[in-house]
Amino acid sequence: MKSLGSIRRSFAPWSDPAAKPYIVFENVTKRFGDFTAVNDLSLSIFEREFFALLGASGCGKSTLLRMLAGFDEPTSGRILLDGQDLRGIPPYKRPVNMMFQSYALFPHMTVENNIAFGLKQEGMAKADIEKRVADMLKLVKLEQFAKRKPHQLSGGQRQRVALARSVAKRPKVLLLDEPLGALDKKLREETQFELMDLQQELGLTFVVVTHDQEEAMTMADRIAILDKGEVMQVATPTEVYEAPASRFVAGFVGNVNMFEGKVASRDAGSARISGGNGLTIKTENAGDASAGSDVVFAIRPEKIKVSSKKPADAEANVAEGEIYDIAYLGDMTVYHVRLADGQVVKASSLNAVRISEDPLSWNDRAWISFRPDAGVVLTR
Amino acid sequence: MNSSWSRFNITSIVLGFAFLYLPIVLLVVFSFNESKLVTVWGGFSTKWYGTLFQNKGLMDAAWVTARVGVISATVATVLGTLAALTLTRYTRFRGRVLFSGMVFAPLVMPEVITGLSLLLLFVAVGLDRGFLTVTLAHITFSMCFVAVVVQSRLLTFDRSLEEAAMDLGAPPVKTFFQITLPVILPAIVSGWMLAFTLSLDDLVIASFTSGPGATTLPMKIYSQVRLGVTPEINAACTILIAVVAVGVIAASVVNKRREVQRLRDEQAAQRG
Repeated sequence: MKSLGSIRRSFAPWSDPAAKPYIVFENVTKRFGDFTAVNDLSLSIFEREFFALLGASGCGKSTLLRMLAGFDEPTSGRILLDGQDLRGIPPYKRPVNMMFQSYALFPHMTVENNIAFGLKQEGMAKADIEKRVADMLKLVKLEQFAKRKPHQLSGGQRQRVALARSVAKRPKVLLLDEPLGALDKKLREETQFELMDLQQELGLTFVVVTHDQEEAMTMADRIAILDKGEVMQVATPTEVYEAPASRFVAGFVGNVNMFEGKVASRDAGSARISGGNGLTIKTENAGDASAGSDVVFAIRPEKIKVSSKKPADAEANVAEGEIYDIAYLGDMTVYHVRLADGQVVKASSLNAVRISEDPLSWNDRAWISFRPDAGVVLTR
Repeated sequence: MNSSWSRFNITSIVLGFAFLYLPIVLLVVFSFNESKLVTVWGGFSTKWYGTLFQNKGLMDAAWVTARVGVISATVATVLGTLAALTLTRYTRFRGRVLFSGMVFAPLVMPEVITGLSLLLLFVAVGLDRGFLTVTLAHITFSMCFVAVVVQSRLLTFDRSLEEAAMDLGAPPVKTFFQITLPVILPAIVSGWMLAFTLSLDDLVIASFTSGPGATTLPMKIYSQVRLGVTPEINAACTILIAVVAVGVIAASVVNKRREVQRLRDEQAAQRG
């Protein structure tokens, strides 16, 4: 398989064996009574990285963040920041700051006092505080709101104040707990890019917790996908999407079609997988699947072509079916094609032209096809 | 819904309010009675207010009541707030259920029992009954009211505010005084006012625990009434009613204004 790198810059310290990780979780376990929130988890995050912890609620991602901030201590294992063991260091002495999901703005203080709060705790000189606060207000474009109280701001403005307050102390690491969760969709998309710009500008390490895969894919250099307190995969957005490590990851991130089958034959990187439905799939991304083993072949909907006639491409995998459902989304159309054995395959096609040359309708006979390198074989 | 005034509605409102306020109105009216006889109207006069302020016994009692009220309300507020904090924050210590039950028991305990048991205690430890014992007794029974008021505020308090303060470098004590306390202050203030009011109008517990030289106003009024109601007493009561009414009205006006202002701010913020 061709390597899938980071699409952003040439920033990839995780693939450099000499690079020293900045934050290290070492066999961290956290139990609350009988409930294990984080289970023997190890993870490394590098300096200046934009790192996302992605998972459904209850997967332990917020607990990880809280342990990093110092609100919870690990039951066992250790957390290192820049080589220093954080155990026993209270939150008010850690060089990390957090932006809370609820923003946690102090309701009895003005915007500028909210931002200045952390600086005052440091004992910074008054003139310096004023200057820093002014800089921060400018950074988040809230200069004219300095004297307002939090309840006099809109949701988006509150989010900016919370952000300004958490970066005002120039922490080594900024922790963001669902930073965009309370914003509406449009504002969220804008703010994603602003957060990325801000991270570049300040050169900070960001660790963001989110349940929104799109958000994680857009912003992060690397994503850790968590489930039940364990790491399922740590990789760049491209890798997570195109080369998921397991069925769970493939199903969690984006849409996917999965075909169960047995490896009929394999050589070098490629293999033939025969499904129970008589369908044989040629693939070039067989991974470490051994001949005869039970595997799953996963393929994303946009990599499957739908046509009314049998495609001429001899290399491609083809199967005949019937159009079962059509979802027209404007920018693309998702076809649900039912194959002979009853399995429904999702295939999406970009509406690059306004009127399709090969219109398909409900219950039409149709062919699906995909290239041998379009999907991956999953053994786990 | 029919919002017009039907005869039935008017009748029920008149009856209801008469039931509630007729006695008080009578008292206020007769405080302006010229005649010394309480039940016979002898023309309008404010002279009883004048003699009231010259009545040393009543004025002394009023002064004692005020001091007892302020001191007991303040101490009860501190203790009650601490109890409320403990009960909401440290939810997993042994005996929490027992502790919270014990804090709130005096709410439903008959006053006679509270008063009698305090009297027995003071006698047992050899504490002379007087100003100190009344104040202690008032602290005891008003503390739980403060705890209830403050606790209900703390239950809706967003703990992440405190975490944010600590995250920004404020140690726990500083966090408490700079963040927690200012945010829950309105509840603490209303707890104080409640404690003060309770102390102001308590008769039963004060009768048990007070001694010579520490007669509170309710005790004084009660003892004078047993010798016969005088227009002077009516005047004293009218003043008390006025003080309470002004306090309640002022508090609700301030609250209402703040609410309106808040709503307006929020709407302005929504518009951007």
